[in-house]
Parts: sequence; structure tokens; C-alpha cells
Amino acid sequence: MVAPTLDAQAAVNDFIYKLKRRQVEGSLVTARLTAVLLRQVISQQRLASSAPAATLIETVKSVGLRIIAANPIELTVGNVVRRVLHIIREEEASLELKSLADVNNTILSDDEESEDASSFSAAVVAAANRNVLRAPSLHNLLESLPSSVTATCNASSGGESECKSKSGEKNSKVWRLKHSVIEGINELLQEIDSYHAQVAEQALQHIHHNEVIMTCGRSHAVLQFLLEAKKKRTFEVFVAEGAPRYQGQTLAKELADANLQTTLIADAAVFALISRVNMVVVGAHAVMADGGVMVPVGLHMIALAARRHTIPFVVLAGLHKLCPQYPQNPYIFMNDMKSPSDIIDFSDISDCLDGGIGSPSLQTVNPTFDFVPPDLVSLLITDIGGHTPSYVYRIVAEYYSAEDFVLR
Amino acid sequence: MDSRRGSRFVIDPKIRQVGFVPAGCESENPNASSAVAAIANVDVNPTSDSPSPVMIPPRLADPLPRAAPLPVPSPPPRKHTSVEIPLQGSYNPTDSVLGTSPPFSPASNGRYAGVPSSEGPDLSPSFVSRASSAMEGMSLREDHLGSPSASRFATVGEYAMFKQQQPQQPATAVTKVYASSLPQEPVQSFAPVGKEDSSKPLKERTTKAERRAKQEADREAKRIAKESAGAKVVEGEARASSNVVGKASRAQSQKKDSASEKRLSAVEKASEKEKKKEIPAPRMQFDDQSRVAKAKKRALIEQTETKHRVELFRHLPQFVYGAQLPSLEAKFFHDDAMHPHPAVYQVGLQYLTGDITGGNARCIAMLSAFKELIKDYCTPRERTLIRDLTARVNNNVSFLTTCRPLCISMGNAIRFLKTRIAKLQLTLSESDAKSLIIAEIDRFMQEKINYADNEITKLAVTKIKDGDVILTYGSSCVVETIILHAFSLGKKFRVVIVDSRPKLEGKGLLRRLLGRGISCTYSHINAVTYIIQEVNKVFLGASSILSNGTVYSRVGSASVAMVANAFHVPVMICCETYKFHERVQLDSICFNELGDPDALVKIPGRKGLSELEGWSQSSHLKLLNLMYDVMPADYVSMIITELGMVPPTSVPVILREYRKDPILENFATFGKDSNPIKFFRASLEYYRAC
Repeated sequence: MVAPTLDAQAAVNDFIYKLKRRQVEGSLVTARLTAVLLRQVISQQRLASSAPAATLIETVKSVGLRIIAANPIELTVGNVVRRVLHIIREEEASLELKSLADVNNTILSDDEESEDASSFSAAVVAAANRNVLRAPSLHNLLESLPSSVTATCNASSGGESECKSKSGEKNSKVWRLKHSVIEGINELLQEIDSYHAQVAEQALQHIHHNEVIMTCGRSHAVLQFLLEAKKKRTFEVFVAEGAPRYQGQTLAKELADANLQTTLIADAAVFALISRVNMVVVGAHAVMADGGVMVPVGLHMIALAARRHTIPFVVLAGLHKLCPQYPQNPYIFMNDMKSPSDIIDFSDISDCLDGGIGSPSLQTVNPTFDFVPPDLVSLLITDIGGHTPSYVYRIVAEYYSAEDFVLR
Repeated sequence: MDSRRGSRFVIDPKIRQVGFVPAGCESENPNASSAVAAIANVDVNPTSDSPSPVMIPPRLADPLPRAAPLPVPSPPPRKHTSVEIPLQGSYNPTDSVLGTSPPFSPASNGRYAGVPSSEGPDLSPSFVSRASSAMEGMSLREDHLGSPSASRFATVGEYAMFKQQQPQQPATAVTKVYASSLPQEPVQSFAPVGKEDSSKPLKERTTKAERRAKQEADREAKRIAKESAGAKVVEGEARASSNVVGKASRAQSQKKDSASEKRLSAVEKASEKEKKKEIPAPRMQFDDQSRVAKAKKRALIEQTETKHRVELFRHLPQFVYGAQLPSLEAKFFHDDAMHPHPAVYQVGLQYLTGDITGGNARCIAMLSAFKELIKDYCTPRERTLIRDLTARVNNNVSFLTTCRPLCISMGNAIRFLKTRIAKLQLTLSESDAKSLIIAEIDRFMQEKINYADNEITKLAVTKIKDGDVILTYGSSCVVETIILHAFSLGKKFRVVIVDSRPKLEGKGLLRRLLGRGISCTYSHINAVTYIIQEVNKVFLGASSILSNGTVYSRVGSASVAMVANAFHVPVMICCETYKFHERVQLDSICFNELGDPDALVKIPGRKGLSELEGWSQSSHLKLLNLMYDVMPADYVSMIITELGMVPPTSVPVILREYRKDPILENFATFGKDSNPIKFFRASLEYYRAC
């Protein structure tokens, strides 16, 4: 067990409190803060020269498990932790590839050609290449079979090369690993920040002139998406309020201020109006590995209504919302129950509930999220393009290492 | 799943009970043949825009869940009628092929002037008369009720005026279909649908037909002397119908021999009567500028239309909320014949302020106010009670409409009241007539609302078992009585109340149920997909049920039903049959009610959020507060009515069997002390036996 430094420890604790108290909410903010925190943890971590990557992974995992446990509903925390772990593994592999290439060079320069070594090294290079590039192709899938074989050689050859190298070289290698991992996290942060713009760029491909679009609640991605389309096209938007947060009102105001023809409707009127709508565009809370999405409450109803009228149900989601988990009873395990005061004021009914034995009880149900199964989702628009829900598992395989799907 | 299967089992016998005539016995008895005639009537009557009570033919084993909006006639039954019906008057089968026999077609068309598709009507009077002779009880009554009012009006035109200048539904789409199908259809027969009604929109729209009609009218004038008596029958109608040929045909009609005229008037007025009964209440289209201007002149209250109107709903009225009150106050003491009765005035204000909501409550309040009106009514000199009272009622109804658009059930009640007034014997003294009408109103409230609710409660309670979780949406008084009754029977169940902004009617229901000691779960409509997973029955009320089985009810009901359907939870609609209506509707947009958009701005129990304050400043932002929505029939597992539990496909059957109310008529003589529901059932049995 590798503990992070004291400074990092304090930052982690602070973040955990914020998560627990729901002071940090919203997947974008959470993802950003998680990435920043992990960057701090990694940069302050002292690394042993032997197996620095393993130490890093260990540290990130231990921190990750704690912050995930702080708010298990906020799935982006887990996603970012897994992304960071994946970055470390990738960097480790690319470094090894590089050192191997050095070794190969030395071997070639020494002119000591041995059949075995060259074949081994070729396989190792291929494996490392695959790890680094990870182009999603059938070729790679087929080739992944001998990876376990090469992994062992990898380790042995790595050890061999380490034996050869001096201590200064070792330090520089640790530094290089750390540096490249932090570079990777910075890239991740950039990706998180630019996700709205990336998604919005695709708006023109999906929105045509005179279209009627329905959305519910408020999502920053949806706002950007619509505003981007507004630059070129004129269209109309129906905004459902999105009880119990009623952020649809905010969105409607923002859209109207941007000179977009906007109509605010009550949530109940969704079914009545959906027949006149051409497309439903919503933002997601999380995308599960099966292509289903966790969305703000009320959108399952809209998705069903859209299905009834065969209207495309388009979900905007950044890659940081992509979860490698499959939904197991998502209504219960991935849901958050909010305060009843959002939906009913106690003073309204206090006279009916005297609290005595045998007096009637009142339950209120105020969930935060709905789960929309993949068959109701027409299209997922991520920052790397539009995908069908059935393709999500493949993106998951690209952006996460299989070892990290379940963190332990 | 089990419960759903169980309910179907219960439903099945009811369908048969409601009156599918068993095949094979048509030819034996007069009743059955009248049923056939009724079917034929539907098929033969493609232009009548009103989905008449006979919407689906009885023998159609699997009626479509959504009835086709245009009842396009299918050829076989038409052939059947043409063979069966003995030809009368000048009808010549060769006339029928339009264009193939030019010598004949102008004549036949000329008789029709305004109506491009001409051959039918000269066949149809005979058809109707035959039908009426076959349908003993009903059509006799029909004649009986037709005659007093008919005799009071010299011309059909006047009669039409008597019909309050109700803007008839434009026959555009249907007539177009009809006209285009002309060449292929050898025999186009349709019942005389009040000529002046159908021809007007035609004149406006189909100019080609108009021209042809004019031309043929000229030819008609030339050969007029040769025409037989039967032709004049049709000319009489043409006279009433079209201004284009008005002069020619009027000259014609002078020569009419009295026999044919009598027959004409009897037949025509009977059909007028029928037509009047069948036409759904006319709807004002608020995007029609001239109509709106006209209505404004007539209106008692000044209303300012809101500026921010949603484009989709321009045809519906939306006035600035609360702007009517000052003008109402100002006019309160006006003594005017047009002025509404104080009781009606009060009810109107209560509608306006939202003190009375809910279909039944509004209907009862309105009928009670009308009772007061009739009590205080005295006929002015030189007026007849029937006409004057009808006009008075119309004024009051239009007042109520300006306060808040009437719901469909109220429209039905008004229709009932008007027919009762129109059916009054001329010989009755004023006090007798008044007490008769008041008794009729009382009976309507008793029978159609109170008895019906009791009966629905009894039936629905059988569907609630121990351990059930029942979901209801908003606040429906029938569902509330059902829950209370089931609770008083000692059943153990949980109630989930789903509510929605902006009305939050469920809160009231929640309070009442909690007050009675029933444990509840409360949630908002967005959480319905979460909560539905624990629910095993959904009970919903309805504002109206339309002839295609769609349920017109509080906005959000459709969403709840859809979610329930997606999670395989049975949806039961509790609705009295007086709320059924012949109209069909496919979406929630063509007909709806717009509430006050400002109701959406404030969020109860939240102080900080006021993004929408001053929303009307922005020209791009609109708020839409829909009041109703339309639930497709396939989400409905069953409809619980006082006549039994029926599938939504049986709605037209109920409409057909009960709207003609011969049974009600008999009931008046049957005795007041007996239970009308039992009597309905008994009469159903009688129908089945036939």
C-alpha cells in the first residue's frame, strides 16, 4: 500500500468532503476536479525506481477508491480514475517500447544476430505498438491473443535492460514516466474542457432548417449544441421544465435571449406535443457500457413518447461520462433520492399527519435520475462523433484498460 | 399480468351485451333489419362529417383501435343498399354513372345545384323513410320529436337559423375525397345531410363544382317544365341550399304539389333533427379572423388576447387571464335580454377563477344554474317558450364559454337540455313545461352522474385486491370515491399519487386521502417511470372519451398511461358514459384548452427561482400551459363505465346504443323509483334477445 503525500492527502480529503456533501455536482465539474486532484497526487508522489508505474497505479487506485466511495452516484469520478489508470498503463507501455527499441538498436549495432531475439523483439514492438495506438480494428482484436506470451518476455527483457542501465538513467526514466502521465492528464483535462465545443461542432449535421427540437431540463452541452446550430439555421425549441429542479426555465430563458424561438412547456405536456417535434436532444448524466444512459429524471418518459412517434432521441455525452460498468438495476443502485421538500412542502400537509400510531403515512419519491435503455436511444453524440448505443462497448474498450473495469 | 388477463375475461361478455347483433338473424325481425339499415346509413353517408353514433358496423369483429378519421365508404354495403332499396321519385339508375350518360346527368345534377355529387339524395329520402319505417320505436319517436319543431318553421332556412347559426363543420376533406371518388363509384348515395350546411363550405372551396352546378342549374331551368314530381322534391332541397340557383328553384317550388311537399318536409325535418343531434358541438377556430371578429361583437365580455401565442395553438383561444373580470363587473347590473342569469353568472365566475374544476363538478354547477334560470324564466309576449328559452340558454352557454371553454361533457349536457326543450309539446302550459324541463335536468344529474358514479365505484372496487399498489394521476373525483370505497371495505392497498405542475391537483387528493387515514405515496410526473415499477394498477379519470377510443383527459394522463403500458401495468379509465362523445381526435393539438401561461412561472415552495419573471418582454420566449391531452386507445386496458367494463374499442358501440336514447324515453314511463342502471341492463338483454 502506497500512501500519497501529506499535501495530496489533504486535497483528497477535502474533495471527499465536498463530494459527500454534494457541494460538487454535475459531471463536468466533478470530472475536472477529479482529474486535477489525481494530477496533484501523481506529481507529488515519490516513486521508487523499481516498477514506478506499478506504484503510481497503486496510489491512484487507492485514492480513486476513496473518492468513488464518497459519491458512488457520480459515475464520472470512477471514469476519470479509470482514464488516469489507463494513461499510466499506456505511458508505461510506450516507455518500455522505447527502451526496447534502444535495446534492439544496441543489439543490431553489436551485430549479434540471434533468430530468437529478433523474433521476440518484433513481437514486443508489435504488442507495444498495439498498446500505444489502440486503433480499433479487427486485426488488433485477432492479434491480442499472443499478448500474454509477449508480456512475460516483455518483463524479462525489461528487467534485462534495467540491469544494464545506470542509476541516473533510472531516475530519468521515472521522471519521464511521471512527466508523460501528467501530460496525459493535462490532455484529458483539455478534452473535458473542450467537450462542449466538440459536441456543438456536430450540431449542423443534425439540425436542419425549421426543425422543432424538444429538450428537458438544462444541460450545458444541449445549450451549446443549440446555440451552435442557431448560427446557421432557424428552428424552434420546446423546453420541458424538468421537475423537480425546473432548470428548463433557465434554459428557455437562455435560448430566448439568444434569439431562438423557444416555448416552455410543463413536463406533463410532453406527450401532447411530441408528435410535432422532429428531434429530442438531451444531455446525459452517464453512458453505460451497454449504451443505455443515465439521464435526469423524466427523460425516460420522453424517450418512450419519442419512440411512440418514432422521433430520434439524441443524447449528448462527453467521453468522461462513459462508464465501463453495465447497469445493474440502475434505478436503485445508481440513483439518488432527493429531499421531499422539492416536491411537497411539509406545511401543506402537516395537519393531516399528526404522527400518532395508526395515522396514515406519506412517502414521497424524488429520484434524481432515470435510466433510458439502449433501445430507446437513437444516437449518442460524443466528442469523437456520433455513435449508436450498440457501439459504446467498443469505445469503452478503447478508452479504458480491461484491468480497471472493476477497481479493487 | 394475471390481473390484466382477469379483467379481459370479465370484459368479454360485456361487449356482447352492449349490442353486437348476432349475425344471421338480420332478416328475421324488424329490429335486426333496422340495425342493418343503420349500418347502411353509415356507409351511405360519407359526407356527413359528424361521426354519427353508428361509427363502426356491428359485425366488424376487430374494430381498429384508432378509427379512421375519414369514413371512406366501402363499396359492398353500398351496392347492397342500392339493391335493397326500392327506387322512388325520378331516380334513374342510369343517372348514376356520371359522365357516361350525359343526357341524364345534368338533370340529376341540376337538382342538386350546390352539391357536386348529386345522385344520392333523391335516393336517400326514400331510404330514410324506409329506415324510419323499419326502426319502429326510435324513428317514430324521431318523427314525433321532429314534427312540433318542424311545424313551427316555414322553411328549412329558418329552421337552420333556429339552429343558432352554428358554424357547421366544413366538409372540405371529406367532400374532396368524395368528389374525387365520383367517377369510379357508380351509385353515390348519401342521406340528405342538411343541405344548407354542406353546400356552403362547398361553394367556398370547390369552385369547379360550383361552376358545374351553376351550369347545370341553367339547364335545369330550361327543362323544368318537364320534370316530374319526384324531381321537385330535390329541388326543394336545392332551393334551401344554394343561392346560386336560388331564384330558379324557388320559382319551381311554387308549383310543388302539396303531397310531395308534405313528404319532403317530414323526411327532411326528421333527418335535420337527426343531423342536428349527431353533429358534435361546433368548435370555434380562433385563427379564423372573420369569425373571431364576429364572435367579439356578440361577446358579452371584453377579452384581450395574449400577444405571446404558441404558433401551433393559434386556433385555440387564449386571453389575458383575469382581464375579463372588470368588464364582467361593469356589466353585472345591466338589464338586458342577452344578460346571463345571476346563477349562471356566478357559475361563470367560478369557472373563471378556477373555484369549480373537474368535469362532473362543472357540469352539475352548470345544470343547477340552468335550473335556476328556468325557474325564473317567463316567456315574453309574442314569443314561444321553446324558441325563446332555447335562445336564452344559448346566450347563457356562450357566456359560460367566454368564462372558460366548455368541456365535452358539458357540451353533452347542453345538447341534452336543448333537445328536451325542443321536444316540449306546444300545448303545454308554461309552468308545466318549466317543471318538466327542471325534472329532466334533475333526472340527468341523478341518472347520468350520481347513479353512474355509484355504479362505476361498485365495478371498479372489484378490481382492487389486497396488496395492490394503485397509481392515480392528478385528482379525479371518481377515482377518489373508488379509493375511499375500497378502503371502507377494508381492503389493504397502497395509493400512489402522481402530480404535475402547474395545477398540482394531486395535492388536494393527497390531503383528502390522508385525512381519511389512507397511506399514500406522492410524487411528480417525471418520477413516474421510477414509481411505476412498484405499481400494479393504474386508475385514471377522464374528461371525455372520444369515439375512436382515445381518452381526452388532464394533461399528463397520456404520459402516465404510456409509461404504465411500457411497464405492462394495466390502465383503467373511470368515466361516465355521458362524457362519451362522437368526435374523433388523433392528437392533442387540434382541440385543447390553453391555461394561463403565467401559472408556469412560479414554482411553489421555491423562492430563489424567478428566471421567467418578465418573460413576456422577450419576443422569442413563449409559455404553453396545455390543459388536456389525448391518450391513444392502445394504452387503455379498459374503461369502467356505469354500463360495465368495456375495452376502448367499444366506445362507439356505447355511443350508438345509448345516444339515440329510446331507452331513456321508455324510462320516463317505466317509473322513477326503479334503478335506471338495472333498467339499462334489462333493455340490453332485450336487445340481445332480438
